[in-house]
Amino acid sequence: MTATTLPAPGQSPKLHTKKLPSVAFLGVAVVALGLSAAICYGTGIGGWVLTLVVGLVLYLVGIFVAVNAVEGRRSARNRTWSALIHSAFVLAILPLASVVWTLVSNGLDRLDGDFFLTSMNNIGARDPNGGAYHAIIGTLEQVGIAALITIPLGVLGAIYIVEYGRGRFTFVIRFFVDVMTGIPSIVAGLFVLAFWVLIVSPWFNDGAPVFSGFAAALALSVLMLPTIVRSTEEMLRLVPAPLREGSYALGVPKWKTIMKIVIPTALPGIVTGIMLSIARAAGETAPVLLVAGGSAAINFNPFSAQQGSLSLFVFQQAGDASRFAPARAWTAALTLVALVLILTIAAKLLARRNRIPR
Amino acid sequence: MAKRVEATGVTAYYGSFKAIDNINLRVEPKTVTALIGPSGCGKSTFLRSINRMHEVLPGARVEGSLTVDDENIYDKDVDVTAVRRMIGMVFQRPNPFPTMSIFDNVVAGLKLNGVRRKSVLQDAAEKALRSANLWDEVKDRLGKPGAGLSGGQQQRLCIARTIAVEPQVVLMDEPCSALDPISTLAIEDLMFKLKDKYTIIIVTHNMQQAARVSDRTAFFSIERTGDPGRLIEHDSTQKIFSNPSQKKTEDYITGRFG
Repeated sequence: MTATTLPAPGQSPKLHTKKLPSVAFLGVAVVALGLSAAICYGTGIGGWVLTLVVGLVLYLVGIFVAVNAVEGRRSARNRTWSALIHSAFVLAILPLASVVWTLVSNGLDRLDGDFFLTSMNNIGARDPNGGAYHAIIGTLEQVGIAALITIPLGVLGAIYIVEYGRGRFTFVIRFFVDVMTGIPSIVAGLFVLAFWVLIVSPWFNDGAPVFSGFAAALALSVLMLPTIVRSTEEMLRLVPAPLREGSYALGVPKWKTIMKIVIPTALPGIVTGIMLSIARAAGETAPVLLVAGGSAAINFNPFSAQQGSLSLFVFQQAGDASRFAPARAWTAALTLVALVLILTIAAKLLARRNRIPR
Repeated sequence: MAKRVEATGVTAYYGSFKAIDNINLRVEPKTVTALIGPSGCGKSTFLRSINRMHEVLPGARVEGSLTVDDENIYDKDVDVTAVRRMIGMVFQRPNPFPTMSIFDNVVAGLKLNGVRRKSVLQDAAEKALRSANLWDEVKDRLGKPGAGLSGGQQQRLCIARTIAVEPQVVLMDEPCSALDPISTLAIEDLMFKLKDKYTIIIVTHNMQQAARVSDRTAFFSIERTGDPGRLIEHDSTQKIFSNPSQKKTEDYITGRFG
């Protein structure tokens, strides 16, 4: 403890101090793990997870004591907190890595041509084949239509709030956008079911209500819109005011300043927000189940008749009694994640295209 | 080309706060006029009201009349963007557009106002960069981002951007306050050059700079915090710095207050 106390005022501190060799940390780790194993297995409780957790706690205590003895208290606190932060990071990454691993290891079984080129039409409980072609089409069409509706609406709405909105009206809009962010997806589904499927769709279908992929897209739009508005709004607010003024001072009109200066500057962040909302929409099951109805057959037309989606496919196959169903569910889940990943990477590359290389 | 700017009874507000009160000032063409005074005395507010940038802030407004060659820019039927195209502005901190290359930054004003011809843009860019003393430093990397330049180069880039649209009046709001002495010198040299073609109004905290670059100097001041800024004295720079007629001006330039 006495190794690095602060010097009295006016005296210079000691610059050279004793350092614990890095081998010592390895030693502490080994001792902590050994001790932990001895405790866990010695008392008969066992379990390697418990051993690791107890070992980590012992390691933190151990390095604090060891560093405290050699380097002093400040250094001991620093090292212990660093170790704690690193382990927290590993702890946060573990579930993610676990999800990816589970998806890949379980999803590879049915990752074949059949899966991507056939539907579930006429596939019985004893048929090992069958695929998600119809579900992939459904997801792409529904999310695509939802994106076509929400991206312009959301970005323009955010531009209004940031660049034009003044006073009470804007405040009310922002408040309701916030409220909309918290809407559960099943509520969005029920809304579209009550409004579009039951009231509006009979007009186009000789008086009979009809499920459709478009209805699902509407429900997804309700979910995507607030996310896009809020994230775009935050990004537009981050664009420094001097950039806008610099453009105004050149005699550039306001709308052109927004289109050519503000949006390009905020573009990477806006794209990230849009991709997050698309990823969320692609994973929604409840609204699709409620208003698109789900289908085992291929239906290219999003405006009439039932349609499936990948997340709905996962839900149906996971609950199916057939012994071949779980493998299909896993592969569909893997496909969904891969789809979102590919879309995100493509969007990021697109947003980066107009960046100038240094 | 260069135009006369004349302010008559210009009063500017931020919401209910009166920032400057009844400013009357005449700036002759092809001269450099320096606005000096302590912080918060309204120099920048006045400068920003000359090209109608003051009203960009929420709740800000201007009263009185400001004529450029006898046209009042605060008339109801005046197009704000046309005013700003005629009266360019350089800001305190360099603000190149981060998504644009050096070339695109310089011709941004032309491009965004509809000039498409590549040859026209290239000529304009070279001319503006040459007048801003920046051409030799950047001619081999016009495609690189403007934000990659040093602070002084960025500021000269912003000046090039401003003069590329060929305004008649150039306003500068403490253009050298974030720069080192060498970059400052480069920009002051530039002002001498630009004086042949433009009317220049510059806000500065640096009195040596005001004495070096300006033909006329206007001294602004406030009684105490919360009061509006007023124009105390406006005269030739030589007179202001050697024999000012107001006691307050003398106190300020000799460093007794402010």
